[in-house]
Amino acid sequence: MTSALPADQATVVLRGIVKRFPGVTANDGANLEVQKGEIHALLGENGAGKTSLMNVLYGIYHPEEGEIRVNGRHVTIHSPQDAIRLGIGMIHQQFRLVQTHSVIENIILGLKESFFLPEKAARARILELAEKYGLKVDPDARIWQLSAGEQQRVEILKALYRGVKILIMDEPTSMLTPGEAMELLHILRRMTAEGLTVIFITHKLEEVVEVSDRVTVMRQGKSIATLETAQTTQSELAQLMVGRDVLFHLDKKAVETGAEVLKVEGLNVLSDKGLPAVVNLSLEVRAGEIFGIAGVSGNGQRELEEAISGLRPVSSGRIVVNGQDITLSPPRARIERGIGFVPGERWMALIPSMSIADNMILKNYSRPPIGNGPFIDRQAVATYTDGLIREYAISTPDRHTPIKRLSGGNIQRALLAREISEKPSLLIVAQPTSGLDVGATETIWNLLLEERARGAAVLLISDDLKEALSLSDRLAVIFEGQIMGQFAAREASLEQIGLMMAGALRQPVSNETSAGEPA
Amino acid sequence: MKLPRIRIEKRLSSPRWLPAASLLVSLALAMLSIAIIFAALGVDPLVAFQRIFRGGFGSVYGLQETITKTIPLILAGVGLTLAFKGRMYNIGAEGQLLIGAIFATGVSRLFPDWPAFLLLPAMFLGGFVGGALWAAIPAVLKTRFRVDEVLTSLMLVYVANEAVKFLVYGPWRGSDTRGFPITDEFPAAAHIPTLLGTRIHYPTLLLAILLAILIYLLLTRTKLGYEIRVTGENPDASRYAGMDYQKIALLVMIISGGLAGLAGMGEVAGIHFRLRPPEAISPGYGFTAIIVAWLARLNPLAAILTAFLLGGLLVGGDAIQIALNLPAATVQIFNGVILLFVIASELFNQYKLRLEV
Amino acid sequence: MLEFILAAIRAAIPAGTPLLYGTLGEVYAERSGVLNLGVEGMMIMGAVSGFAVAQTTGSAGLGILAAAVVGGLLALIHAFASITLRVNQVVSGLALTMLGLGMSGMIGKRFVGQPLAARLQPIYIPGLSDLPILGELLFKFDIMVYISILLVPVLWFVLYKTRLGVTLRSVGENPSAADALGVDVTFVRYAAVIFGGMMAGIGGSYLSISYAPAWIEGMTAGAGWIVVALTIFAIWDPARALLGAYLFGGVRVLQFRLQPLGISPNLLNMLPFLLTILVLWLSSGQAARRHIGAPAALMTAYSREER
Repeated sequence: MTSALPADQATVVLRGIVKRFPGVTANDGANLEVQKGEIHALLGENGAGKTSLMNVLYGIYHPEEGEIRVNGRHVTIHSPQDAIRLGIGMIHQQFRLVQTHSVIENIILGLKESFFLPEKAARARILELAEKYGLKVDPDARIWQLSAGEQQRVEILKALYRGVKILIMDEPTSMLTPGEAMELLHILRRMTAEGLTVIFITHKLEEVVEVSDRVTVMRQGKSIATLETAQTTQSELAQLMVGRDVLFHLDKKAVETGAEVLKVEGLNVLSDKGLPAVVNLSLEVRAGEIFGIAGVSGNGQRELEEAISGLRPVSSGRIVVNGQDITLSPPRARIERGIGFVPGERWMALIPSMSIADNMILKNYSRPPIGNGPFIDRQAVATYTDGLIREYAISTPDRHTPIKRLSGGNIQRALLAREISEKPSLLIVAQPTSGLDVGATETIWNLLLEERARGAAVLLISDDLKEALSLSDRLAVIFEGQIMGQFAAREASLEQIGLMMAGALRQPVSNETSAGEPA
Repeated sequence: MKLPRIRIEKRLSSPRWLPAASLLVSLALAMLSIAIIFAALGVDPLVAFQRIFRGGFGSVYGLQETITKTIPLILAGVGLTLAFKGRMYNIGAEGQLLIGAIFATGVSRLFPDWPAFLLLPAMFLGGFVGGALWAAIPAVLKTRFRVDEVLTSLMLVYVANEAVKFLVYGPWRGSDTRGFPITDEFPAAAHIPTLLGTRIHYPTLLLAILLAILIYLLLTRTKLGYEIRVTGENPDASRYAGMDYQKIALLVMIISGGLAGLAGMGEVAGIHFRLRPPEAISPGYGFTAIIVAWLARLNPLAAILTAFLLGGLLVGGDAIQIALNLPAATVQIFNGVILLFVIASELFNQYKLRLEV
Repeated sequence: MLEFILAAIRAAIPAGTPLLYGTLGEVYAERSGVLNLGVEGMMIMGAVSGFAVAQTTGSAGLGILAAAVVGGLLALIHAFASITLRVNQVVSGLALTMLGLGMSGMIGKRFVGQPLAARLQPIYIPGLSDLPILGELLFKFDIMVYISILLVPVLWFVLYKTRLGVTLRSVGENPSAADALGVDVTFVRYAAVIFGGMMAGIGGSYLSISYAPAWIEGMTAGAGWIVVALTIFAIWDPARALLGAYLFGGVRVLQFRLQPLGISPNLLNMLPFLLTILVLWLSSGQAARRHIGAPAALMTAYSREER
């Protein structure tokens, strides 16, 4: 199924790329072959290795092994400047523009042309490029005045101005409105019509199908397949993306679910940039169940977890916990109500340089027995922390050790220990095992299952599909801030999940919240 | 031309003894550098060092003077350990000290007939309030308007400077001072008692040590202290835990300002017994206090020790003025170099350097 | 009255000149994102080394050059500490001020009380210097004054109208954007900070070689701190720095002459610092930040983090 074209005709060839970081292999012998003038999509979940591979091509990472050929010639790319010299440009998800400067100033930054600002010449050339590729933008506008779509055009012009012929775009539509996304896809078509080559990284099937000529699917650092887009289906792509790995069968006791603990109704939350991140989202979690939310990260999970824990304001909608509407409650009140929260960004909930003990009392320091009037009862802290260390088998010299010295697994264990020891009725956990080894992962999973058995309602947010499927009783898939579908984990079809994660399938909204009908 | 690159890499783990060792090494390197500077400028470093340390610590008189200078340094320094722990970079302690001096003077002028046991506490209170208010300005600007407290507190130092000058050259100029820009001497009740034969105004000293202990206990044993430490180390975590950042930032600034104000009170009522031009009241105690706090690694108890050391340095400066005919400000070299090496050493606790050519 | 105003202007310009040099340099340094609180130390070291070299070599020019070198060297230390080692910029700058103040006293000790042999003479500009009023007023200064004035349009032009200026400003606003385009952020910051130090040194040397001229311990008397304030007050712009320098300088030198008018010199001296706080406050809002305001990356160290 791999489209085979002679390597020497290809514009870019990456072969056998291996890139390792301490603790994780980002690329494990990845391959890519891109033809001149094509739009090539790089599809995969989180951690599949797409961005790493492109960072290697752009000179930001240096691979441990592998070779790169550009236009048939073997090359070594040490830095983005090298890449640009070879005609390769990369546009990142987060734009790198100077907000207070004009478009011209941003575009010519770093170019060693002349001492004086080549304003007239630059303006003319920019307008010429804009005309040619349909990238309308006012050269004298300040960046902060431009919309996200216009800012992206500036980024593209930056590359084109430097004579880039191969353009890499990382999740190009993630910051755009649907209208702007459409415009972008048109622009990409025009660019390739003029002989440019485009590689774009995405997890959205719609984009792949809409505009790419060929697509390479990556998973776990490897390239799984390269296909002609016209000759494949979304289903096939989704399956390749998600894989057919044997699921880790966990020993899950049947637990009777109890009352509804968490109810989210029509939640709308904005991202930091003011764009909708969570869109009209509704879900319920009952006591004694693990409700998992799967999806590629960056689809609103962070905003959702922050909204429920009170760290991010809600535009509209309701959050109800144990019958109480907490939509407007501050974080402290929510902690008092028995909500535990293990954020995806775990250092948000810990203080690295402080001792384990000091970290363990972060949430209960103001209440007895730890808090005693204006004081903190050191003896109580000692007893409490030592208890936690024992009970949860946290491996540490003692409770005074700064928490950053612990291994990743133990840090996570400690964090969970803290949240769980308060016996929360609702436990929100995001990316609980990211960066952890197999042993640590298993421990964390067992802790979560114990909580479920105790009768807690657990909301699990994970971009690791295997984890979500293994742990959850019920599962939902999130894409662009919306729930694409909800069902019992046992009835889940990998293919459907893959399609949902990539935005290509949506369950019709039904009144029942458990397994609905696939589209 | 490719410049040699120095790369910073985060340490994955660091041994327990590293912070103490790096502090000692940095101090040693600092002394070495200072010696080199002295030598380069034509002064025998051994002689200079000897004179300075003997001046501050080598005689009874020297020790007395050192203790005298230690008093404001402890007060201001301890206040700064609190502010810095809470991540508020209060660079304006010098100004808060001066405003405290003004307020204390003001109180003595308001109630000249009060007996000492009422007047002195009132003046201490006035000094605290003055310094606290002065620090509240940058604090509010930071918490309400996100204006950086470093620059605002610094600017206010010079405003405070001028305020003192205004008062002593103008409305508060004394009647029997033969035109000198100083106030009349404070009423007897407004003199802080001193240790016989010395200039050590011991009540202030006891107050300073007491406050150092209290602040230490505050930081280590109270909920507020815990909140301050968490907010200073990781503001995200403090938000996560629902702590009130604004309250904490305001409090630490106000307390540190108040303590600096107490230092100012101590100077005018314990040493000069009048308000004088700013440079006479404080030879930069507020700035030296920054080093006191930093050198003590933000530990209020250790600040007592570092205040003593730096106080001795200041006295040593006076000594070499006489002995070696060098300006007293020469000891600022110590301050500057020590500070540079100490902050560089903190770096070594977290990162290691790699040289790439 | 007119005489008074003319005298005021005539006094304000030399008084503002060291401030102008310092501020122009600090504007460039801060525009690259580095706060330099060591200006006071660099200025006074410039003053003492300028005087020392001028006195011993008999050349004012060499003195000024020496001052620039010394200021630059001190700035190099600050640059190394805050850019490469990434220590707290505030503390590093303060340390250098203390160091500079301490060393200058030592170095200058033997020059105290000596009149300067190699004075800078006022420049005679044919035609202009002979003008009846304006001649006396504006055209009888020495060369350092004129150079500082000429530097203003030059530095303004470089900052806004050249590639170098765009690069500098980008490094201070968004170093990661500049880095992504191949700009050597470290080099640009080093260069800007060292330039700032050199200018501070030159400004200090003006005090000892021309303004006084003499060496007096601590003769900058806080001019370095005024420079820090001025940089903000001028909203990081060389042209506004010119106005601000003469304004602040004028206030400093005229504070006593205005006293008969009932204006307290001390309250007058407070104004620059209070106004600076006002500027800081006004430019803190989100909307304001777009139009005026500090370089976005000021005081933040930059590193290209891998993953």
